[in-house]
Amino acid sequence: MALPRLRIGRTLAYVAALAVSAFVLAPIYLITIAAFSSFDAVYEYPKNLVPKDASIETMRVFLDSEGITDSLRRSAYVAAITIVVCLAIGTPAGYALARFSFRAANPFQLALVSTRAFPLIIIAIPLAVTYLRVGIDDTVYGVAMAHIAFTLPLTVLVTASVFAGISYELEEAAMTLGCNRLSAFRRIALPLAFPGVAASAIFIFVTSWNEVFAAAILTFRNRTLPAQLLAALDTSPLTYRLAGGFFLLAPALVVIFFIRKYLLTTWGRVAR
Amino acid sequence: MTTIAQETAPLKRRKRRWEGLPYWLILPTVVYLGVFFVWPMIQGFGLALRDENGWGLTAFQTMVDDAAFGEAVSFTFLLILVIVPIQFVLAFGMALLLNARLRGGGIFLYIFLLPLAISDLAAGIAWSAIFTERGYLNTILEGVGAVDVPFIFLDPTSKTQLVMVVAVAEIWRSTTFMMVILFAGLQAIPRDYVEAAEVFGAGFFQRVRHVIFPMLKPSIQVALLLRLIFAFEVFAVVIALTGSGATVLAAEAYKWQATNENEHVAAAYSVVILGLSLAAAALVLILLRTPRERRLR
Repeated sequence: MALPRLRIGRTLAYVAALAVSAFVLAPIYLITIAAFSSFDAVYEYPKNLVPKDASIETMRVFLDSEGITDSLRRSAYVAAITIVVCLAIGTPAGYALARFSFRAANPFQLALVSTRAFPLIIIAIPLAVTYLRVGIDDTVYGVAMAHIAFTLPLTVLVTASVFAGISYELEEAAMTLGCNRLSAFRRIALPLAFPGVAASAIFIFVTSWNEVFAAAILTFRNRTLPAQLLAALDTSPLTYRLAGGFFLLAPALVVIFFIRKYLLTTWGRVAR
Repeated sequence: MTTIAQETAPLKRRKRRWEGLPYWLILPTVVYLGVFFVWPMIQGFGLALRDENGWGLTAFQTMVDDAAFGEAVSFTFLLILVIVPIQFVLAFGMALLLNARLRGGGIFLYIFLLPLAISDLAAGIAWSAIFTERGYLNTILEGVGAVDVPFIFLDPTSKTQLVMVVAVAEIWRSTTFMMVILFAGLQAIPRDYVEAAEVFGAGFFQRVRHVIFPMLKPSIQVALLLRLIFAFEVFAVVIALTGSGATVLAAEAYKWQATNENEHVAAAYSVVILGLSLAAAALVLILLRTPRERRLR
């Protein structure tokens, strides 16, 4: 709407959109072809800008290197724990915000929003100290607990927004037809909220999968993928870094496809 | 900020016995955040304000005396000064493009959103493959004859070059985040307003300046605010691209914690990062304040 109606403006808009797309896609494309080429191709110069000798050599060596499959598995564990706990305790709170007007609602919501002003760094360092004392240092649980603390506020806000978008009258109708509050929630609100909650879960997944600082500080031997890559940055060969970078980045391609609509509606709204 | 509780018209509770229910529902979240967010933060201040010998400002003293501190502060600020203005213009442009309903808009939407799910470490690794001496950018530059010998972009002796390179990677990665917030704001602007301006002969830039910009101000505020807060946490992308050539505040916090194993100085860094983010947030709120009588919504 904001763009000129004139044809020339339209053309310019397409040119601009294509230029931005090229800028976004170029690094993704290049790291992908590098990750799926032979060692020789990775080190040669000038480089091939089109995949000429595709090979799984770089990928295979990376996956075979010490500790990588373990760190991939740990990253997946951490993300899974984070998703389950976040949704288990965040969804009820989101539902409460959406469905009840209670005195603590506004302060609670304000507190959730303001957590975003506090960098993860300031909680990660004390957690490292506490974990050491309690004896859960260097575990996937420790990392997951930090990730939950970091993603929970947004999860509550997003699920609240999801439930707020589902008419309460449907639940009321179910209750007049013999459902109690819990079964009305389970049989009406939850199925309707499912796509939104699933999108939320996916977003929690990428946040956890991508998080570097806390993961790097809270693990030492049992590193997750980003922690492992960060620690090995200056000691590992280029092929290792590229393949690792690809693994770190690859979920984005799938994840954004599934949640693109929600990102613009729900997250955009919640952020304001 | 409109709260969700206000958005959904207040619902009369059917039965008195549900009175306490919302509190039970938010309880786990409150407890969790108390234990894993608020308490560690208090501990963080405690760690920063003491060392092995007791309370005091020695951790801050150690931090400030370290040569890397000044470097980290200046590099962090330089990055923000370069990144945020460019990013804002780009994010605004991208949001307008998505809002323009181009044919193939769904594909553009997907592509524009991709960086949102990419970590700064992955971004740093991908861009280092481009900027490294025997990398993709030099391949292209040599291919078109722009340079004769590979240009060293990641020259550890040139801070300016390092700032520029990291800025490109950060702009690539984190502009989408601003775009999402601005786009949501754009969609909330009634179409009639823009069309009315058009009817009265306002050109594209006039419409942007006099209609869209004022109405988008709350979103702009939030976008800048959150972006600035996150900008002080920039970390892995700098390490991945510059190695030890440059450092930022969060990288120093990491180094003191993981390498030097001194959690007090690391916590001092985190307190500085927190202080700067809050100061930046306050600055945005003050600079972009809308006087009450001029509020549109």
